[in-house]
Amino acid sequence: MPDAKRAVHARVEGVTRIFPGRGGLPPVNALGPIDLDLYKGEFLSIVGPSGCGKSTFLELLAGLAEPTAGTIEFEARAVRGQVPEGVGVVFQEDSSFPWLTVWDNVSFGLESEGVNHAEIKRRVDFAVGFMGLGDFAKSYPAQLSGGMRQRVCIARTLVLQPRMILLDEPFASLDQQTRLLMGDELLRLWRETGATILLITHALDEAAMLSDRVAAMSARPGRLLEIIPTGWPADRDSRIVEDAQFGAVTARLWTILRGESMKAIGRTDLRRPA
Amino acid sequence: MTRYGWARLVIVVAAALALEILCRANVIHRLILIPPSEMLASAWQILVSGEMKADLYFSLVNIAFAIVLSVAGGFLTGLAIYSVPLLRDSVEPFLATYSAVPPIVFYPMLIVIFGLNRVPQIIIAVMFGLVPMAMNTINGLRRIRPVFLKVGRTHRISVFHSVFRIQLPAAAPYLFVGVTLAVSYSVIGVISTEFILSASGVGHQISFAYDNFDNRTMYGLVVLLLGIATLLNATLRYYSQRMLQRWAR
Repeated sequence: MPDAKRAVHARVEGVTRIFPGRGGLPPVNALGPIDLDLYKGEFLSIVGPSGCGKSTFLELLAGLAEPTAGTIEFEARAVRGQVPEGVGVVFQEDSSFPWLTVWDNVSFGLESEGVNHAEIKRRVDFAVGFMGLGDFAKSYPAQLSGGMRQRVCIARTLVLQPRMILLDEPFASLDQQTRLLMGDELLRLWRETGATILLITHALDEAAMLSDRVAAMSARPGRLLEIIPTGWPADRDSRIVEDAQFGAVTARLWTILRGESMKAIGRTDLRRPA
Repeated sequence: MTRYGWARLVIVVAAALALEILCRANVIHRLILIPPSEMLASAWQILVSGEMKADLYFSLVNIAFAIVLSVAGGFLTGLAIYSVPLLRDSVEPFLATYSAVPPIVFYPMLIVIFGLNRVPQIIIAVMFGLVPMAMNTINGLRRIRPVFLKVGRTHRISVFHSVFRIQLPAAAPYLFVGVTLAVSYSVIGVISTEFILSASGVGHQISFAYDNFDNRTMYGLVVLLLGIATLLNATLRYYSQRMLQRWAR
């Protein structure tokens, strides 16, 4: 239910995405309809079964693709097929440029925008330090671990000073311990920048640990089934997993998503053979 | 030098020594092969005497023209084919089968059209070198990871910046392969046409020496040619290795 007291940062109304059929195959109804308000400065995660359209939703919100129907607004301006100024995106795949050093990767967007050299240096030095990459500024991505490369991508987005950051399963390829620590980094970034964050993830515990609200998405075509407020304080970190409420949030998410996840793998009862 | 470099050096020196011994012991007749030391001495003599300066200059200019035209033409052809889906789908199968066509068969026809000068030789060399460059350009551009292009879009960069700051660097390993092949094929194209029919050039002088049983000059020129080709390849290899190491360190 919309919260009238909070400023809406991005609004999604009746959005659907249908991929046209190719080679005689029928069209694929991938998403929606979806209605969602993202409030300014909140941390919202979307969880759902594989192939439910989470990443498609993020691409629509980012302006990387156009919805088949419905409207998307960011800061009260329509988003359609072009990434709006003020929106930063971090992808699931490692997207660091292997031909650039860490420092040059991070400064990539600023140089293209024509920001002056002194300002580039100030922002990049800050972002590189903030993400704990100070000792690796002159290294190439191939010399870094997967987690560090993902931090390079986050730093590259951070220097643009986005007001809304969209993250598409950025920690999917990392081990559990690194993911928890990267989650802490992300919370620190969120608190210090004040940006609105939308995180797409398939990990229920990650969503429950990091978010102010968690939206559960159905199997394809993805629709929002329920949005669960976690009630965490803003200064939380990964130790929130010790809180009894953490278990309750995760359990609630699994209750909603278990049936949807079975639908996604084409099963209705796991006790019977497929 | 790396241990692989040392191993390569040992293999080359050992092969040259074995050949030297076999030639000096008359196991291999001088009419077939002269000792490598004499080949080197002949190559040095050709180089310092300046007796074939005009032929060397003629061949090097032809090779330079062929390389520039093959690389630039191949790159632009590849870029055009990649950029227009209709062209890509219709022309690419031709390019893929082109490697089975020996361009040298068109040499007589080109001599009839342009005369016995450098033009038909450069055209044949470009026919050798352009297609591998074009194919590698298409391959390189096709294999750019889509997420790199998405990063470009999220940073709202212009098409110009996307091409020069993302697409070309991302395709660079393939472009380097294309350049290496274009250079090698340009050398082959120029020398082989000079060898078949030409009034000047290193290939022509090798053929002339061969016809006159002048093995010393012939092998001297062959060594000189090998030196030029090796130098070109080693330079390209050095730069491409440096770039690839950066990518996959």
